[in-house]
Amino acid sequence: MPKKLMKGNEAIGEAAIVAGAQAYFCYPITPQTEIAEYLAKRMPEVGGVFVQAESELAASQMIFGAAAAGARVFTTSSSPGISLMGEAMSYITAAELPAVFINIIRCGPGLGGILPSQGDYLQAVKGAGHGDYKLLVLAPSTIQEAVDLTIEAFRLADKYLNPVMLIGDGLIGQMMEPVDFESCVKPPRLDCSAWATTGCAGREPHIVKTLFLDPNVLEERNRRLKAKYERMAREEIRFETYGCDPPPDLLFAAYGTTARVVRTAVDRLREEGASVGLFRPISVFPFPDDALRQVAHQPQVHNVLVVEMSMGQMLEDVQSALQGRRPLHFYGRGGGNVPAPEELIDEAKKLLGNGHGGKK
Amino acid sequence: MSAPTTIFRRPEALRDAFTHYCPGCTHGIIHRLVAETLDELGLRERTIGIAPVGCSVLCYNYFNCDMQEAAHGRAPALATGVKRVLPDRIVFTYQGDGDLASIGTAEIIHAANRGEKFTTIFVNNAIYGMTGGQMAPTTMPNQVTTTCPRGRDVNTAGWPIPVADVLAQLRTPAYIERVAVHTPRYTVQAKRAIRQAFQYQAENRCYSFVEVLSTCPTNWGKTPNESVQWLEDVMVPYFKLGLKKSPDRPPVE
Amino acid sequence: MQREVTFAGFGGQGIMTAGKLLALAGMAEGKEVCWIPSYGPEMRGGTAYCTVVVADRLIGSPIVNDPENVFAFNRPSLDKFAPRVRTGGLLLINSSLIDVRSPRQDISQVLVPCNDLANQLKNGRSINIVGLGAFVARSGMVSLEAQRSVLHKEFGKKKGDVLTATLEVFEAGVRAAQGDKEAVRG
Repeated sequence: MPKKLMKGNEAIGEAAIVAGAQAYFCYPITPQTEIAEYLAKRMPEVGGVFVQAESELAASQMIFGAAAAGARVFTTSSSPGISLMGEAMSYITAAELPAVFINIIRCGPGLGGILPSQGDYLQAVKGAGHGDYKLLVLAPSTIQEAVDLTIEAFRLADKYLNPVMLIGDGLIGQMMEPVDFESCVKPPRLDCSAWATTGCAGREPHIVKTLFLDPNVLEERNRRLKAKYERMAREEIRFETYGCDPPPDLLFAAYGTTARVVRTAVDRLREEGASVGLFRPISVFPFPDDALRQVAHQPQVHNVLVVEMSMGQMLEDVQSALQGRRPLHFYGRGGGNVPAPEELIDEAKKLLGNGHGGKK
Repeated sequence: MSAPTTIFRRPEALRDAFTHYCPGCTHGIIHRLVAETLDELGLRERTIGIAPVGCSVLCYNYFNCDMQEAAHGRAPALATGVKRVLPDRIVFTYQGDGDLASIGTAEIIHAANRGEKFTTIFVNNAIYGMTGGQMAPTTMPNQVTTTCPRGRDVNTAGWPIPVADVLAQLRTPAYIERVAVHTPRYTVQAKRAIRQAFQYQAENRCYSFVEVLSTCPTNWGKTPNESVQWLEDVMVPYFKLGLKKSPDRPPVE
Repeated sequence: MQREVTFAGFGGQGIMTAGKLLALAGMAEGKEVCWIPSYGPEMRGGTAYCTVVVADRLIGSPIVNDPENVFAFNRPSLDKFAPRVRTGGLLLINSSLIDVRSPRQDISQVLVPCNDLANQLKNGRSINIVGLGAFVARSGMVSLEAQRSVLHKEFGKKKGDVLTATLEVFEAGVRAAQGDKEAVRG
């Protein structure tokens, strides 16, 4: 199959089908509704389940039921809807079920607006729901990467028996780019015969639950989740560097669509002879803090500039990774405004003005 | 003399477990009626039950079939998820009045309206039991609870929600009946209704819903005997028993 | 090498489709492409615009504030986007609906009477295709051959004479941009 020009939302929907998703439960919300519209057509064609639920609360709890019954399941939403799904995320994590959540982020808080934003970063990496839990969170920056990471999300959800979230800003949902499904590999079907509730014929009944009134039993489960997150930190770190060899004077840190804008700014600044590079986290939980330190703590790197479509959320993770050993700067846009390369070039020049940056 | 014959035994669909329900509470009877039904219809090994939040949150300790435990009010959403991916299995939710008629109102109405092919056993005892006796959507007018210490004021809290009657208004075909279990006669009728509900599901006919009026001596502050009397005198006249809707009887235009 | 165009007009003028067809032609040439829409309430009857980027390497910023090319299909779009055209860039104006030009002297301006040309061919709804023909011919952002083959592929499966009619209006746009004095006062 040749490459296909697809809108991000539709490409994500098709990726889930390629990944073998069996059921999709949803509630419409801009700017991701095209995923639901696409799957309303596609799921029945592949013998899958499509249900438009009465709310995001219900859609995400239908995910719980279907996942506990052993099906490969997912849902998609945008910021206000994801807040309502926080409940189910907590329960699904507690029950150790595989599921995929996709958040095509719009600007907030409150109803906010429908334009692109990265304002749900902390909600995603720290947890939208209650209790001691984490999601594995991936952040694509192109439509092809959104496709690849959607499929990867299903594999990782099975591997860890933990929900995986894909975060894309509204542009990831709305842009069209060429995508290739040919190299995509469908994750193998998970063997869930030891725990799925499918009827107890020939075995003892299975119970999928999240209530553990004995403190020692619950603490043991908390420890098990912690061990899972530590394993993710060892095995699932994903990031990309651009213009970091040799080490740049100024290191940008950005993810998602913002990282693409930074990339353009880096190209233009380098054409002018400036020494700049980009560190782009792809997994944002686990956050690639060791990798970031290795780049940023090289002696040639004098400044780190974090760019986000928020008032500074990934900034907290970068701050914690750098341990105060490099001056840290921030440039953020909000309200649905996407930073332009020119803005970033201006910001960079302020920091390069100390004479370290130019090669000329 | 011949060997003694077993005339009454624990259904296979119930586990051999000590009950945590209070003396005089009718949850145990309702559990048994559901379990007997699963046995009689031969459904136990292909049944998935969904536990609510409330006194019956631990019902997975009693039902001897696959079980999931839902967040407060979301049992119909879980049941929808299960039934849609495993349409040949039997799925039921077991929910109390706070769970189903308050925090889970949207879920129950929409599951019923979509005509999801599962069964709901709705236990209405007019109070929140597990949290210790707060006002429920089904608490009776002037009934005293910890959150309506001067009695339920219908001017500010509204009237008790007659859930079975409300659901029966939906156009989507369903089986809906309200029963009680505080006397043997009522219990026999309740058993027939619960069996009918699962029978309709086994035939893949429609959504089925049985509201069971139940006692809560502990939180009502009454003895078990007084509770039975109060249920008969106060609840039954308001929550009218009987068949509300049947897939065999088309709605009157 | 990276080239960009912003197509802007009313919702319903086929702006988004014109952009998509252009992006498909870029793809057919083996280029990297990106199509970025405006989205949301403004799509419904208001201004609709999309930007298409075609490049020979990975496309960075999808946001282009100073596009090399702009095609304004209505007056509000001209007012909004003409000031943003990069110096030395190209501004195409749908002169059927816009009776002014940009005061800018540092860009080229081309007038294309899209509605008139489409109406002459009794295909009034295809002003976007007229515009696409004029733009491709004038800018060379993709080759005319690539664009024509995309039209064949996208409209060839449709019923009736949709393909023939589409190619007709496309070629009218091409001729207009290639210096038909009747149509263009560049």
